[in-house]
Amino acid sequence: MRPFEYEEPRSIEEAVSLLGAPGKNRLLAGGTDLLVRLKRREWPVDRVINLKRIETLRGIEERGDWVTVGALTTIEELERSEVVAKRWPLLREAAMEMASPQVRAMATAGGNLCNASPAADLAPPLLCLDAQMIAVGPRGERTIAIRSFFAGPGRTALAPDEILTGIRIPSAPARGCFIKFCTRRAMDLAVVSVACAVVSKETRLALGAVAPTPIRVAASAEEAAMRCAPIDDVRATAEYRRELVRVLAGRALAKAAS
Amino acid sequence: MKRRLNMTVNGHAVALEVAPHRTLLEVLREDLGLTGVREGCSTGDCGACTVLLNGKAVVSCLTLAPDAEGASVTTIEGLAKDGKLDAMQEAFIAKGAIQCGFCTPGMILAAKSADVLEGNLCRCTGYAKIQEAIRHAGSRGGSPHA
Repeated sequence: MRPFEYEEPRSIEEAVSLLGAPGKNRLLAGGTDLLVRLKRREWPVDRVINLKRIETLRGIEERGDWVTVGALTTIEELERSEVVAKRWPLLREAAMEMASPQVRAMATAGGNLCNASPAADLAPPLLCLDAQMIAVGPRGERTIAIRSFFAGPGRTALAPDEILTGIRIPSAPARGCFIKFCTRRAMDLAVVSVACAVVSKETRLALGAVAPTPIRVAASAEEAAMRCAPIDDVRATAEYRRELVRVLAGRALAKAAS
Repeated sequence: MKRRLNMTVNGHAVALEVAPHRTLLEVLREDLGLTGVREGCSTGDCGACTVLLNGKAVVSCLTLAPDAEGASVTTIEGLAKDGKLDAMQEAFIAKGAIQCGFCTPGMILAAKSADVLEGNLCRCTGYAKIQEAIRHAGSRGGSPHA
């Protein structure tokens, strides 16, 4: 990697003020995406702002009608969380199927969402659960519904000087599942992913890797296949992905209904 | 600007001055000479650079050196005690779970930390003997959960 300036803020306020400083600043959470981008020189950087020393960004907390997942909570912590396991099997399954144990011990929930990959594994379950993204910037805190959070591949609704501090999930439990179709069993990105949740009798469906962003769609396999907008790439053709959506959405809906 | 980095590596306290853009992998290999930490893909996919950071397997190629501040790091060089190999190392030898050996340190450290071996690639042959060795270590109380 090229040399960069390095900061370890101790509070969210300090991190926000560093992020707003002149130059190309990048936030470091788990590092499993950022370091790869920096090594490949895909992202120019003057300063890396490491968020790991901000304790308030970590952990899963139940309070009233919401469960808040700190942005720096690792994928492993999500996978092992009892709060998650007893409420949202689909979210736990998405965490478990990501990457490898070594990467899950490092990678964070916030990082997975802020990188805004169309294939981000946590996105379809959180879309089904109507999660809210908590953003903090110089003008204070605001929440963004996850349905309007993803703006395109690698782009989010966060302003350049805002930091995602956490994800709030309505605490109602949901039956459902997450199905990730890959060409190998571990360490692979989704060719197509489908999450399905039944939240107080309402069935919800969301898709990953078949549009410029992860998307919520009507809870019907036919409509999902029609509504998705996949591309041809190294992992699969658009046509194959659309057919996968039809089949996997059907399976997910059947499983959630059973 | 270099930063001070204090960590415990294989039971020994070390204090270094490192530039913050360097990875833990680079510091372990280049500054401390621990070449049992292997650089394979350098993008977190192959697991050859696996080390234990506070007892947990991580890929050192994607760990920024300053993130090891205050941490305890174990590399393959730290497993033997008083010249005697660790049970997992012995199991890999007993079961012939080694070909060229490049992936072996990462395999052994990952096997000691996690329930499943998903993040380590072997490009010589396959995984049957490696799985056999891990089961063998488990059955002898060497425990995949160190």
